[in-house]
Amino acid sequence: MPDTPATDHKIRIVLAKLGLDGHDRGIKVVARILRDAGMEVIYLGLRQTTDSIVAAAEQEDADAIGLSMHNAGHLTLAPAMLAALDQADLEIPVIIGGIVPDDDAEALLSAGIAAVLGPGAPADQVVAAVRNSLAS
Amino acid sequence: MTSPHDDWQAAFDASPVRDTPFETMSGVPVDAVYGDAPYPGQHPYTRGLFPAGYRSRLWTMRMFAGFGTAEDTNNRFKELLRHGGTGLSTAFDMPTLMGRDSDSPWALGEVGRAGVAIDTLSDMEDLFADIELDKVSTSMTINGPAATMLAMYVAVGEKNGVDRSRMAGTIQNDILKEYQAQKEYIYPPRPSMRIVTDMVKFTTAEMPRWHPISISGYHIREAGSTAAQELAFTLANGFAYVEAALAEGQDINEFGRRLSFFFNSHIDFFEEIGKFRAARRIWARWMKERYGATDERAMMCRFHTQTAGVSLTAQQPEINIARVALQALAGALGGTQSLHTDSYDEALALPSEKAARIALRTQQVVAHETGVANVADPLGGAPYIEWMTDEMERRAEEVFAHLDELGNGSILEGCYAGIENGYFVGEIADSAYRFEREVNADRRIIVGVNAFTEGAEDDDPNLLRIDAETEEYQRKRLESVKHDRDSDVVAVALEQLTADARDSTVNLMPSIIEAVRAYATEEEIAMAMEQVFGTYVEQAIV
Repeated sequence: MPDTPATDHKIRIVLAKLGLDGHDRGIKVVARILRDAGMEVIYLGLRQTTDSIVAAAEQEDADAIGLSMHNAGHLTLAPAMLAALDQADLEIPVIIGGIVPDDDAEALLSAGIAAVLGPGAPADQVVAAVRNSLAS
Repeated sequence: MTSPHDDWQAAFDASPVRDTPFETMSGVPVDAVYGDAPYPGQHPYTRGLFPAGYRSRLWTMRMFAGFGTAEDTNNRFKELLRHGGTGLSTAFDMPTLMGRDSDSPWALGEVGRAGVAIDTLSDMEDLFADIELDKVSTSMTINGPAATMLAMYVAVGEKNGVDRSRMAGTIQNDILKEYQAQKEYIYPPRPSMRIVTDMVKFTTAEMPRWHPISISGYHIREAGSTAAQELAFTLANGFAYVEAALAEGQDINEFGRRLSFFFNSHIDFFEEIGKFRAARRIWARWMKERYGATDERAMMCRFHTQTAGVSLTAQQPEINIARVALQALAGALGGTQSLHTDSYDEALALPSEKAARIALRTQQVVAHETGVANVADPLGGAPYIEWMTDEMERRAEEVFAHLDELGNGSILEGCYAGIENGYFVGEIADSAYRFEREVNADRRIIVGVNAFTEGAEDDDPNLLRIDAETEEYQRKRLESVKHDRDSDVVAVALEQLTADARDSTVNLMPSIIEAVRAYATEEEIAMAMEQVFGTYVEQAIV
């Protein structure tokens, strides 16, 4: 795989469901995909806040954060996550997966989200999105 | 001694029949049923609940709708009724489903997004404005705060002069599957079960046309289970509710006939049909043999079906119309009582009005053009279908045996144990991952996703967008309701509710209805009980 950072470093990624949305099929599948790709996955579970995610990312020394959103709240919640990281002075790429219309995906990318993965994204695309987010 | 066929004929002759020719499009007359006993309408109902099948009555075309404010959804309801929909089905937004008000910090970005926002009785009044509540049947898809929504519906009826005894509908209220799949719970399982049981008692006594629980496999399937797991976990949850009601001294023949089910219709056609047929057979047998029901109506597994949202693709979304049509056909061949067909744009956004109309039209084609409604259980007797039905049943029975053992002879305790030890979520996640791996390895073809991908266009169809003003509007609305109400009356009502929550011998419904009438908010009502019941936090396992 291209763009893999520091050779002996195992990529650590925090995965979480931000807010009330309980659709966790996708994020659990993604957790296993990333684990199978050799990453250290810290899944925080449901009903996380931007604060709880920042705290976990800091504590776990995370390389990336993956959030799953299926309830059309992404335009509010994703920028809130970026703002919370900013406030904590953390530069950690955030990847969003879930149901995000194309227009919104573009808006999120220009707001600073590292990647947006839609329904049906194949495993290698998921893994590549995480690796690429670290390289940039 | 009469033969089963004579019995069936007598029952058929006594059944109402629609005024339409029962013949093929070429004019060939067809019988109402073919094959062997037990016939449709005969125990264990593998072949259907009613002797004349859809000749008596087509399935109810019940389209799930809800977005934005109560007025927005009210307009969509009226649109669906004008276009021939025959039942209403309400989707609530995430804060409402979780017992949170629109002004809660948790609600940020989610107000009116995935369904309609309901904070107080005032919203419910708008939601059902100009709709005759004694003429429609209403389904409300909500679980954690189900008692509050039912109380609001009853209160709206009172205001419109419709007595609760004349109101027909279903409230999902299937809390067990929340811990297993959908994850919209508030309290821990046991106090949640008390609320469910209180609602069963209340509706049994006062709302004879109401189904107090819709035991739902839909979400279990969407979360990733197999067809057999969906069947098994759903019916096991059903047994658990029966055991809980029996423990409360309820009469199985009374509450049993008001339980209903909700299944997914996925894309593997014959597996789905086998699953539906097995569900009726298993339920009839268990209700009679294990739980001692004697009224046949209490043994009937009535179910609603929805096509599989998770099978819809964001790639070339128009192909979803074909998927939905096949899934709807499986639902009809499986003998569903009502059907929601998904809109083709649901992998991209909430359904647009046009997409929702095409979805309704799709099931109208199945009902009125294909001829499948002419003959009850038209596939019954086919070797593959009968084998599939038996196989689904066999796999489900293995799960029941496991839960029975886990609960030392109680399925209810087995379900609690399976929730606590991660059995259900683990099984579902394993199945979801296995499926994903098969797709990734191209062992399973999904048209437009990992094969036949040519022709994909970039632009999204016209998606439904919920503007950001909805959230602001709803917050202001809530603020004004809070301003206008008598806060002393609210406080007294909430204290009474907390007191009733402490006393497990008291039914919670009357004090919830009082609180709703006083315009207490959904979250205030939830918190009044949370003080006693506590909250539930799932262990994060992958």
